[in-house]
Amino acid sequence: MFMSLNAGRSARWIAVCFAVLFAAACAQTKPDGLSSNVKPGTGQDFVVNVGDRVFFEEDQSVLNAQGQATLANQAKWLKRYSQYTITVEGHADERGTRQYNIALGARRAQAARDYLVAQGVNASRIKTISYGKERPVAVCNDNSCWSQNRRAVTVLNNATN
Amino acid sequence: MRGILKKLSVFTNRKARGLAFVLASFVVIAPLPASALVEIDITQGNIEPLPIALPSFSAEGGDGKLAADMTNVIAADLKRSGLFRPLDPASFIQKNMSVNSTPRFGDWRQISAQALVTGTVIKQPDGRLRAEFRLWDVFASEQMLGQQFYTTPDNWRRLAHIIADAIYERLTGEKGYFDTRIVFVDETGPKDKRVKRLAIMDQDGANVRYLTRGDDLVLTPRFSPTSQEITYMSYGGADPSVYLLNIETGQREIVGNFPGMTFAPRFSPDGQSVVMSLQQGGNANIFKMDLRSRQTTRLTNDAAIDTSPSFSPDGRQIVFESDRGGTQQLYVMSASGGGAQRISFGPGRYSTPVWSPRGDLIAFTKQHQGRFMIGVMRPDGKGERILTEGYHNEGPAWSPNGRVLVFFRDTPGANGGPQVWTVDLTGYNEQRVETPAFASDPSWSPLID
Repeated sequence: MFMSLNAGRSARWIAVCFAVLFAAACAQTKPDGLSSNVKPGTGQDFVVNVGDRVFFEEDQSVLNAQGQATLANQAKWLKRYSQYTITVEGHADERGTRQYNIALGARRAQAARDYLVAQGVNASRIKTISYGKERPVAVCNDNSCWSQNRRAVTVLNNATN
Repeated sequence: MRGILKKLSVFTNRKARGLAFVLASFVVIAPLPASALVEIDITQGNIEPLPIALPSFSAEGGDGKLAADMTNVIAADLKRSGLFRPLDPASFIQKNMSVNSTPRFGDWRQISAQALVTGTVIKQPDGRLRAEFRLWDVFASEQMLGQQFYTTPDNWRRLAHIIADAIYERLTGEKGYFDTRIVFVDETGPKDKRVKRLAIMDQDGANVRYLTRGDDLVLTPRFSPTSQEITYMSYGGADPSVYLLNIETGQREIVGNFPGMTFAPRFSPDGQSVVMSLQQGGNANIFKMDLRSRQTTRLTNDAAIDTSPSFSPDGRQIVFESDRGGTQQLYVMSASGGGAQRISFGPGRYSTPVWSPRGDLIAFTKQHQGRFMIGVMRPDGKGERILTEGYHNEGPAWSPNGRVLVFFRDTPGANGGPQVWTVDLTGYNEQRVETPAFASDPSWSPLID
């Protein structure tokens, strides 16, 4: 579970964790951890039951099997709830230089975007942005944190929780 | 008075920095032609700093604290350069020095001072400060330099830096860099919720001023070589983009109208164009925009991350980093684009290249085996030297005389954060620049003149 959360979404995350009583649904990718407290089609539903993020190896932008599974579930959900547009945020860990990490984060966002499009999500619904290493979610000094920061996060732009 | 053969009056209008700062007149008191013994060859590797005595400037009954403060700023500048060793005032034999009398050189030889600076700073009836100093060669028993300045009292610090530059230049033969400023990213708040603001300070860390409020993420500010403008990246608009900011007027404008994120900007040496990266899908390519015609030119076109472009000082070439060969390496191409030559071949990854204003070296960040280094190499890639190395050192920028690099050093963990440091080309003289909070991405201003 994340102890430190992205500024913009902390409140939502805390609400989600309370809602599911510390269940495994707080974990990052839990496509089948359906919670009866979460209303289908909401932002909570997307984060808790689908998983909003995928992770990458160091200096890589290749999706692993788990990442592909998460994105496939995201695509299925997004096709069902077509009212949403999304922004895919790409991020890098702190063990690189600033400018390169901006481009690396963009590459990761692009990889996730391309996968969603290949799974049938209309490209016009997707925007990408990179924050490089500027927005870590985990702040310790080893790979357990860096691996959480090397991520692409799918954010619903017009979600109502 | 001994050593004054003639007086030269040089009138300069220094339209400096919008501080309404005018050194109304600046009088050079020329000494005998130099047969000076005191000179520093700063091209040598490991330099023994020159012992220099800086007795407190006299106030002649006026503001003694101001005179002492000015002397301290001059001494601190010289000391930080690593080329000078200001002597302990407690060791001085001759006390109460006047700028208008010849020193008792024997007294200064006895404490091994090789150079001596005497000075005075007085508030004039019209409210202005008059400052005067003389630089003496102790062993030759003669004056090397004498200058007199007028300015407004609020500019006393700047005047001290100008005097330090004059001393540095006379003794080293190189332009000084003390009357300069550094723009940087001020970082506050916890590591996962950092607020980043553009800020500017004197090169010694004094007079910090904030240029943005922290609402938008801002990164990589770079000084114009010719105007009071910086170029930087901001997340304030629809896409993260490169902007220009006039640091006097606060006027801000986006650079170009690109279809996507632009980042890693830097000015050309004539200040008339900006080079930067444009993100296109998973690739980043380098573009140039002419600030007058608004015309944009693509300089690279390949399936890779091409970023951190930096012009050679003659404006004819650009060094940049690219992972086109698999990992981040340094490449040099013509300023009009086209074929690029790889110049870095050592073990590890090379990034953030920046061409020295002297043209002789390219500074870079290097990552190898989990360590982050700051180094330099010649433009042909030969002669690589690592100047500092550790957990995380990043983003070198040159002093305007090409002798010192400013960079940031990050410390690990939740409570860690970046700080600004300098290292000179010998690699021996490393100094922290004090900042109010964490600070990254330092970039040096040109010399003001």
